[in-house]
Amino acid sequence: MQEHVQLTQTEVNDILLKDVLGMPKWWLPAVGFFLVVFLAGGAAFGYMLNKGVGVTGLNRPVMWGFFMVNFVFWIGISHAGIMISAILRLTQAEWRRPLTRAAEVLTVFSLTSALMAAPLVHVGRPWRAALWVFPYDFERGIWPNVRSAFVWDPSAVMTYLTASTLFVIIALLPDLAVIRDRTTGLAHKVYSFLCLGWRGTPRQWKLQGVAGILLSALVLPVFVSVHSIVSWDFAVQIGVEGWHSTIFAPYFIIGAIHSGVSAVATVMVVMVWLYKWDKVLTPDHLDSIGRLLIIVATIWFFAFFLEWVFALYTLEKPDIALRELQVFQHPWMWLFIVFLITAYFFPVPAWMFKKVRRNMLWMFITTISVNIGMWLERFLIIIPGLSRRQPFEFMWGTYHPSMIEILMVIATFAWVMFGMLVFAKVFPLIPLFDIKEGMVGGPHKIKIGRKEVPASIRE
Amino acid sequence: MMQFKRSIIGVFKPNTEDTVADAMDALKAGGYEENTEYEVLTGTPYPEGVFGEHEPKHTLFRYPLIGAACGFIIGLVLTSGTQLAYPLVTGGKPILSIPPMAIIMYEGTMLGAILFTVLGIIIESRLPRLFMGAYDPRITEGWIGVTVTTSEDRIAKAEEILGKSGAHEIKRGWEKS
Repeated sequence: MQEHVQLTQTEVNDILLKDVLGMPKWWLPAVGFFLVVFLAGGAAFGYMLNKGVGVTGLNRPVMWGFFMVNFVFWIGISHAGIMISAILRLTQAEWRRPLTRAAEVLTVFSLTSALMAAPLVHVGRPWRAALWVFPYDFERGIWPNVRSAFVWDPSAVMTYLTASTLFVIIALLPDLAVIRDRTTGLAHKVYSFLCLGWRGTPRQWKLQGVAGILLSALVLPVFVSVHSIVSWDFAVQIGVEGWHSTIFAPYFIIGAIHSGVSAVATVMVVMVWLYKWDKVLTPDHLDSIGRLLIIVATIWFFAFFLEWVFALYTLEKPDIALRELQVFQHPWMWLFIVFLITAYFFPVPAWMFKKVRRNMLWMFITTISVNIGMWLERFLIIIPGLSRRQPFEFMWGTYHPSMIEILMVIATFAWVMFGMLVFAKVFPLIPLFDIKEGMVGGPHKIKIGRKEVPASIRE
Repeated sequence: MMQFKRSIIGVFKPNTEDTVADAMDALKAGGYEENTEYEVLTGTPYPEGVFGEHEPKHTLFRYPLIGAACGFIIGLVLTSGTQLAYPLVTGGKPILSIPPMAIIMYEGTMLGAILFTVLGIIIESRLPRLFMGAYDPRITEGWIGVTVTTSEDRIAKAEEILGKSGAHEIKRGWEKS
């Protein structure tokens, strides 16, 4: 049964705008710290631009390393935001209300991190990436090659980034009006401009409701396409064992949902710890997302299992050799064990217990564990596939990430945290109007027989 | 030159939905037109019809269809045009490679649909509204407002109706006509 704390509209505004209109003590040091880490990554990037990609651990035959692992990881995280928001909106699940915006904002910042990880740093000379995507020589009539994944990826990721950003902006309009009405001076002028003159007429609320449903329905197919296309970066290459698999698209999508929903749960816990939003984000919400995670994780594990079955069932020697490398040889075997435990065998049994699902600390630990595992999963897909000794390979080698790469990877994490904190300082991270809508009509209870049970109003 | 109409807002205390619905009925009985002359302002979405208002009509569903068609055409022209303009001739293979074209065209279609939907939401919501008219910031705190925008000679009667219906305060303002 859902816990329900009935609040007035003013109380909702007070709780959720406290740290937008004020400044928490920890905010500046935290944002400063993440900014410094991000700038350290920026400095590493500058050093790489100056000296060349030789400063990374990338070398033949392993030309895809930490940057690509990080790219796939962040694209994965970005999926949950919209998935949680869109599917829960479409199904009108009541427990979605405090989660949707944080999930959508996480999507936007993870996508920018993904863009940083691949097109910006992986290619070594980012201006060249622009030339592969955009027409660059009209006089000679040279055009981008649409057969290249370098064109598919940007078209999908940019569509997704545009859609997610607009989704966030449209849903922000009513809340910006609340801040407009609570501020004075320059802040009032800025928020008045940003909310586009929102007044709260029945027409505007109607359109806001329809927009949520319509945009969700439109964003979901894009969300499916993005990770499919990311998986095809690998799957369309016939030269690398372990990559050329037909199950890659659905396997990547469900993996993305697994890591992404876990990231949303982590963000929920951090929101409660930092902003003390325990009246709005209750253990009930964690319980619901925990149940969802059990299902998602198990479907992901089934897809992972099938991917192995497909690979071994071929009885192709190179494919079997790759699997042996991943499972039985140092150092991959240790990473493989850690991956399996952290991504599935530790969190999922833990989530079976209601006490774990309703406990903030346990949910934080288990969901962080999933994302450690899912980062390793991408690492184990990309690196062993390339480093395996292939026939006719004139250069054998393995991969050791350099400090430059490690710094740039850490910088992407710092960027997402910096972005989330800055967003939460300027805009409400929990949709005010959505929370208020759930409370319209008082502590809605209906009497059935001799018992009063909670009722909910469908929007 | 910008023309202005007299506008008033009756502000009702929170949780007085019944009173507001009565005020709306009284305005209707007084010969005022819903939406063109009077409307209710709230800080949260209420179920439709709570205040006796009619369901707003909109044409939002047309926008994504138009956008999708535009995006599809642009995707088709871009993918086929670039391949024809800079052909990669490979023996036994067609110049136009359909599977990668489908990927870009799909993304173009979805992007067009989403951009037009957002445009449609803004247009159909009658935004941006540069002139706020009669408004009260307490509305976003849970109070309920009923605005009446009409000619100067009918405003006094509207004010009287709102006052009699239980408005806590009535404020005057101007609205762009």
